[in-house]
Amino acid sequence: MSKVLIIAEHDGTNLNQSTARCLSCAQPLDASGADVVVLASQCTAIAEQAAGLSGVARVITVERAENEHAVAAIIAPQIVALASDYDYVLAPSTTFGKDLTPRVAALMGVGQVSDIMSVEGPRQFKRPIYAGNAVVLVEVPEGQTIVATVRVASFRPVAAGGQATITAADISVDLPAHTRFVELKSGDSGDRPDLQTAKVVLSGWRGLGSEENFGILYQLADRMNAAVGASRAAVDAGYVPNEMQVGQTGKIIAPDLYMAFGISGAIQHLTGIKDAGTIVAINKDGEAPIFEIADIGLVGDLFDVIPELEKRL
Amino acid sequence: MDKILVGLKRVVDYNVRIRVKSDGSGVVTDGVKMSINPFDEIALEEALRIKERGDASEVIAISIGSSDCQQQLRTGLAMGADRAILIETSQEIEPLAAAGILLKIIDKEQPDIVLLGKQAIDDDNNQTGQMLAALWERPQATFASKIEISEGTASVTREVDAGLEVINVDLPAVITTDLRLNEPRYVKLPDIMKAKKKPLEVINADELGIDISPQFTAVSHEAPAEREKGIIVDDVDALIAALKDKDLLG
Repeated sequence: MSKVLIIAEHDGTNLNQSTARCLSCAQPLDASGADVVVLASQCTAIAEQAAGLSGVARVITVERAENEHAVAAIIAPQIVALASDYDYVLAPSTTFGKDLTPRVAALMGVGQVSDIMSVEGPRQFKRPIYAGNAVVLVEVPEGQTIVATVRVASFRPVAAGGQATITAADISVDLPAHTRFVELKSGDSGDRPDLQTAKVVLSGWRGLGSEENFGILYQLADRMNAAVGASRAAVDAGYVPNEMQVGQTGKIIAPDLYMAFGISGAIQHLTGIKDAGTIVAINKDGEAPIFEIADIGLVGDLFDVIPELEKRL
Repeated sequence: MDKILVGLKRVVDYNVRIRVKSDGSGVVTDGVKMSINPFDEIALEEALRIKERGDASEVIAISIGSSDCQQQLRTGLAMGADRAILIETSQEIEPLAAAGILLKIIDKEQPDIVLLGKQAIDDDNNQTGQMLAALWERPQATFASKIEISEGTASVTREVDAGLEVINVDLPAVITTDLRLNEPRYVKLPDIMKAKKKPLEVINADELGIDISPQFTAVSHEAPAEREKGIIVDDVDALIAALKDKDLLG
C-alpha cells in the first residue's frame, strides 16, 4: 500500500482539479503512487474520476449521508480513522483543505505544514510566508505523520491514464451533530472557465468604477475563453463576488496567461499571481508596481485598450 | 449572556517591506513596526459589535508571546475589550501549541465564542482556529464574512472558493474571520487613556503545564525567486504581436 493519503476535493459530483495537483506533489514522496480518499454521499462518479488519474495507487470511498457537504468537523474524524496507516496526509490548500486539514492534524496531535510549494526531501518542504515575500524550508521530525496542505498553483495536475482500484471503507466513528450546512450561494460566472483552472485569466480592479463596467472585461474574457478575477478593492466595492478575489487571502492561481487591467500590484495581490506563465499589465500609471513583475507592459487607458483588444482578437 | 474570547497576535505591520536576513535565519524584525494581525483586529471589532448589540456581556483579548505583546493588548483594550490576558513566553509558538494554550484559558474562562483571525500575516499558516476547535471538540466556522447569533447558535457566512457558504453551529464555537466581515474602528485618544486602567493579566506559559515546544525546524529562509524584467510595448498592436510570439493566443 501507499505511504501517502490524499483527501479528494469535489463538489458532490465532480472531482476538483486540486486533487490532481496534490498527486503531483505526492509523486516524489512515494513513487508507487498515492491513495486518494473520497468522502461523499454518493462517491461513484467522483471515485471513478480519481481512479483515472495517473499516480493513484488506490481510491478509497467513504459513502455516508453525513458527507453530502464538506463540513470539517464531520469529515475530520473519518480521515483520522484512516490516517494511522499512512506516513503523509495531504489536501489542497484551497478553502476546502485549509478548513479541514488543521482539524485533522490537531486530532492526530501533530502540527501541519501549510502550503507546500516544493518537496525538498522526504521530510523537508518549502513554503511561502509573509505573503510570499519569504520562503522557508521546514523540516518535520521523524516519527510523526506529516499532515500538510499543498499550494496547488505550485504543481501541475497529473495527467489522466490511471486505472486504480476503488475500494469502499467502512469507518465507524461517531460524527458530531453540532455543525449544520445551510446553503451555498455562488455568483453567476456564466459559462466562463473556473478561475483556479483556467489557462487564461483577466483581472480587473476597482478603477473600472462599477459592476456594469466590469461587463467590458467579461466580454473580452468570453472572446478569449478566459476566467475573470479581481483585486480585493474591486470585491470590497461590491463590483464582483468574493470568489473572484486573487491574492494572499483570496485565490492563488497559475494560468498560462494573466492579464491585469488597471491593477496597481499591491504585494498581497502579486502573491496570488506570481506563478502565472506570462503576466501582462495594462495600467495608465507607468510607475505602477505591477510593471516590476510583468513580462509585457502597456501604459494606457483600460477603456481604450479593452474594447480595442476585443475588436482585434 | 455570552462571553467572547478574542486572540490578538503581534505581527510585523502589513505595510512593512519584508526582507530575509542575509544568513537565512529568518526575516528582519528588528526596529520594524509591529501591529495587531489585521484579521485579529477584525475579530476584535466583530466581538465588540456583538457585545454592543446585546448578544455578549464581556470581551476578553488574549495574546501569546513576549511582554511586548502588551502593546497590542493595550490597543485592543483601547478599541473596547473589557480585559486582557497575556500568556508570556519567549518560545516560538506553532499553531498547535497556540491552540493548546487557548484551550487552557477556555477551561478557565468558559467563553461562548472564540473569535480569531483566519490567518496571521506573518506565517500565513491558517491553522490555529481549526486546531483549537478540534482540541475543544467544538464547531468551527472559518473565513467568516457575516455572523448572526441566535438562541445558542451562530449562523456564519463563510467565504469559500465556490462563493458564500452558510453554516449553523451550536455555541460554544470557534469562529475565524475573513477580510470583509467588518472595518475595525479607529482608536480615540481618550480610549487609550481609559485602556491604561483596564485589567491586563500576565500568565507565564510555563504555569499552564503543557508542552508548547515547536515540532518543526525552520532549516533556512530565502527571498522568493524573482521574475525576469519584462518588456514595455507601445500599443495594442504590439501587445497582440508579443502574445502571438509566445503562442498565447489560441
